[in-house]
Amino acid sequence: MSPRIDRLFAAARASHRPVLVAYLCVGDPSVEASITIARALLDAGADLLELGAPFSDPTADGPVIARASARAIERGGSMRAAIRVGAELRKTSEAPLVLFGYANPVVVAGERATVARVADAGIDAMLVVDLPPEEGAELRAEARARGVDVVPLLTPTSSAARLEAARAGASGFVYYVSVTGVTGALRQGGDPLADAAKAAAKVREALSLPVVVGFGIDDGAQAERALGDGGADGVVVGSAIVKAIEAADGDVALAAKGAAAVVSAIRGGL
Amino acid sequence: MSSAQTPTERGYFGPFGGRFVAETLVPALEELERAYREIVPSDAFQRPLRALLADYVGRPTPLSSGERLRAELDPGGERLAALFYKREDLCHTGAHKINNALGQVLLAKMMGKTRIIAETGAGQHGVATASACAAFGLPCEVYMGELDVARQAPNVARMKMLGAKVVPVTSGSRTLKDAMNEAMRDWVTNVATTYYCVGSAAGPHPYPSLVRDLQRVIGDEARAQLLAKTGKLPDAVVACVGGGSNAIGIFAGFLDDAEVALFGVEAGGLGIDTDKHAATLTKGRVGVLHGAKSYVLCDDDGQIVEPHSISAGLDYPGVGPEHAELKRTGRATYLTATDDEALAAVKSVAEREGILLALETAHAVAALPRVLDALEARGGKRATIVVNFSGRGDKDLATLMRRLEPSEVGS
Repeated sequence: MSPRIDRLFAAARASHRPVLVAYLCVGDPSVEASITIARALLDAGADLLELGAPFSDPTADGPVIARASARAIERGGSMRAAIRVGAELRKTSEAPLVLFGYANPVVVAGERATVARVADAGIDAMLVVDLPPEEGAELRAEARARGVDVVPLLTPTSSAARLEAARAGASGFVYYVSVTGVTGALRQGGDPLADAAKAAAKVREALSLPVVVGFGIDDGAQAERALGDGGADGVVVGSAIVKAIEAADGDVALAAKGAAAVVSAIRGGL
Repeated sequence: MSSAQTPTERGYFGPFGGRFVAETLVPALEELERAYREIVPSDAFQRPLRALLADYVGRPTPLSSGERLRAELDPGGERLAALFYKREDLCHTGAHKINNALGQVLLAKMMGKTRIIAETGAGQHGVATASACAAFGLPCEVYMGELDVARQAPNVARMKMLGAKVVPVTSGSRTLKDAMNEAMRDWVTNVATTYYCVGSAAGPHPYPSLVRDLQRVIGDEARAQLLAKTGKLPDAVVACVGGGSNAIGIFAGFLDDAEVALFGVEAGGLGIDTDKHAATLTKGRVGVLHGAKSYVLCDDDGQIVEPHSISAGLDYPGVGPEHAELKRTGRATYLTATDDEALAAVKSVAEREGILLALETAHAVAALPRVLDALEARGGKRATIVVNFSGRGDKDLATLMRRLEPSEVGS
């Protein structure tokens, strides 16, 4: 639905080039710094940015992103700030942008009002972690009206019935969670990334949408496994970027450099 | 149509409830919903549960009457005809929490789950779950905020004695909400083997209905006992509300009796005009926390604010969705009581009735003068009131000794 997202995946497919999605937590170490870091991620080869709106109680996130969220909130990070950062980036970039967050800030601000702000900012899609396809009817209706994609999450626990449930309102692309766990989780036995690559192929077939694989991808080798042999259309890098920003300890230039290095290392390996 | 008692297929009580969770948990909640519809009503579940409630918990709990507290509240005898206490404090493990924990652990066993996790605030749900797990031979891990670990030390020791692992949670406000966050993270990670035993009538569908059904034994018993004693229904039923399980349990027995007024009492902390309280229904707004749409305490950005209450069990920035609906429809009225009022109520009930109440429960007693005012304003006279004595106060002794003046607690 969003032309920027559709164009990105179509072009990537035509050139057999995997899409690299980068996540950052807006407000860590400051909202201004997030703009600088976001631009560095794009320059380093990220194709699509997930602008993480920090939430006080991030139950789907592991300790790395939970800590970043707490720091970000102290420094003015919020859903509104993440939308503002999106608007600022849109002035200089045509890269697809996804607002990534939790339901409470959306419900408190109003589902329709939030989507309207997202659309006005030039943000292409929303991914609300704790909003399964059965919930958020108002958000979905407004998003359809405003041309904003609502990206569904699918996981190794998703049955055929869950794929069907996701299909009804999905557009843009699908985020396939590679592990049964929180973000940054350690992988438990087997090769979940290779399994994810196979699952991604099935999801793409079932939903007729591009699929990116996220959770537990920190380097090029892991990205390769998640992509499999034409399994997924792309990969998401999150915790590794957030960790690099944390390691810079508030030094914005160092944070941007560290985050960009994570992306270019993975981009270079693909 | 959804009513307070019968939610919609998707778990909505009016506009409240639902299932706001990460996709990973949806299949687990669907599995639990099937078990709730198929196993819970069956004889294979109900028969052993009834036996355990009788022989292990000690049900039915008594309905006592309290003359000395009644006389203190209404010396002239014009406003309060009789005061009854539903004695959940006499349940095995010391609170109503065991009704729910036993039921859910039995359900988990019948579902084939091999590991139980729980969150706890005051430690009462943790102790109840640890006891049930020991009785059923299942391993148990209890998440508890670091602050609560410190202020409810006796319950931490009890859980350990019962063989449970207590995991202190150091994130956020280090209280009940953070314990629930951590339990949800554990569940997301170990969903195939693990059953999450939620302690309150909150959380994603079907937990609010499941917990309410397991706690409604309180209200069903109280109603029958009062009818046997007095031949009539009470004018009002009063209970404290944190997440709201003891309140919804006793309310459930009286929801269809339109003439019975229902009062929930929230934690007013240092006062509801300060930012140090846990009065979610009274001062909160509609939002989403821990899987359900209900009232929450949060700021304009939707960040959950850290609540405050002297009682760890009420120190929670959310509330069960059925209470939100009872507030919306006006079927129940929600009041508040402050920390100081709750402390005074513990002392008053201890000295006048010989019952040491939990600080949580004391909020319900502390609000009784306001309940009487409300009943009078509605034109009632000489009321008969049932208060849910949801738990006992042994766990709070350290706080009580510290907060009450030495002269007040004897020497």
